[in-house]
Amino acid sequence: MSAAGHSPRGRGRGRDLGFVAGLWTLAGLYLLLILALLFADVLFIAKNPARLASVDWDPIWHSITLTLITCTISALLSVLFAVPIGYLLSRTEFRGKALVDAVLDIPIVLPPLVIGLSLLILFNHVPTQGHSIEKGFNALGLGVTYAIPAVILAQFTVACAFAVRTMVNTYDQLSPRYEDVAMTLGCSRAQAFWRVVVPESWRGILTAGTLAWARALGEFGPILVFAGATRGRTEVMSTTVFLEISIGNIEGAVVVSLLMVAVALVVLVLVRVFGSRRLGV
Amino acid sequence: MIELRNLTVAAGRGPAAFRLANVDLAVPSGAYAVLMGRSGCGKTTLLETICGLKPALGGRILVDGEDVTDLPPAARGIGFVPQDVALFSHLSVRGNLAFAPKVKGMDVSIVEELSQALGLDQLMDRSTDNLSGGERQRVALGRALAARPRVLCLDEPLSALDAETHEDMCGLIQSLARSQRITVLHITHNPAEAERLADHRFTIAGGLVRDQ
Repeated sequence: MSAAGHSPRGRGRGRDLGFVAGLWTLAGLYLLLILALLFADVLFIAKNPARLASVDWDPIWHSITLTLITCTISALLSVLFAVPIGYLLSRTEFRGKALVDAVLDIPIVLPPLVIGLSLLILFNHVPTQGHSIEKGFNALGLGVTYAIPAVILAQFTVACAFAVRTMVNTYDQLSPRYEDVAMTLGCSRAQAFWRVVVPESWRGILTAGTLAWARALGEFGPILVFAGATRGRTEVMSTTVFLEISIGNIEGAVVVSLLMVAVALVVLVLVRVFGSRRLGV
Repeated sequence: MIELRNLTVAAGRGPAAFRLANVDLAVPSGAYAVLMGRSGCGKTTLLETICGLKPALGGRILVDGEDVTDLPPAARGIGFVPQDVALFSHLSVRGNLAFAPKVKGMDVSIVEELSQALGLDQLMDRSTDNLSGGERQRVALGRALAARPRVLCLDEPLSALDAETHEDMCGLIQSLARSQRITVLHITHNPAEAERLADHRFTIAGGLVRDQ
């Protein structure tokens, strides 16, 4: 009779232990990196508390408010577009689908600055500088470039691509049998979509919205180029960090960075808790 | 009554694609028909085409003498219980049973009648995630019957059940179909199940449907 540690089952447990330890080591290292970043910021502020008094809070509160509003609008718009686009790509076959699929990923792979530059050119030089889209909006008494709509549009352009990808995956995993059954129970295709597909994919929609919101919060390059970083006007939290660094106020930049972490954590946790309750999980 | 006249359907995909051609089949009103055949022979595709979920390449489908070939699934009066039952998990058992009456603007009192007939009255407020295999089958059956179909298509509805539940469900389906005079088309691999249920038996093999 062999000792437990040398039995095949014992060796299996030993291998499992090594495998699980490997998983935890890698997870722990990454968690440690994130926590170290936050800890370093907190330590930096704690060492220079006196300089915090010099931080001008008015523009920071304005940027926090604008960030929350624009991120929420961008996330809602992203979901509004991502749900039907995701459904279309997942459920239908059409000529040029691979190309459409690739085009929808462009905002994910392009450098953010290029997105901002392209938005700037689209609005101010198309079809011509004299008769641009921006001039059309101006004639209606609206301004897009270097104004709040530009912040939303810059956030939406990138965030929506992530939401679309999430929704395509969601619908790929949702059996078309649900729509089939709904249609035999009296639904048209549109009714099956609204009454069955949308509620059945609620978790995916929530994930897409959360991802879009988080992506919009972190957006910087396109906002800087297309909306500018004007204090008290188009300044959002990511641009506040940039503006504080550019005037040498590292403490202010670190405080806003930590606030971004706090805001993101609160919103993401709230959405997940609310989402779980909504789903009765 | 359901009749298939010269019906042709495309089944399979890619290199395994084939046609079930010139299918002629007739099941009288209120009769119970069982369709048998090997996996991949086109049984499910034929059922999906009858329900209007896949297009017919040719031929006609008639329900009680009415040509429904070009009608959308919602207008055919044909109920469908798929193999994986596809219960709506965002709705309770009651919500699933009441789905069709609400969509069609029908009287929802049928929900209570069906819940008693199917033994679901204690489960009505439960989530569909917390049901056993037999309970899920009963909910799927009730959901389809609540639409008051003229024909009911069942795609291997009893294949995942244990022997006792299987026997109970056989009796339940048969008695409900008879009491409501619904014509049933039932796919199965199980010869004993076919023997137990069938008034009419059909076999699909080599792209042909044979009346046994």
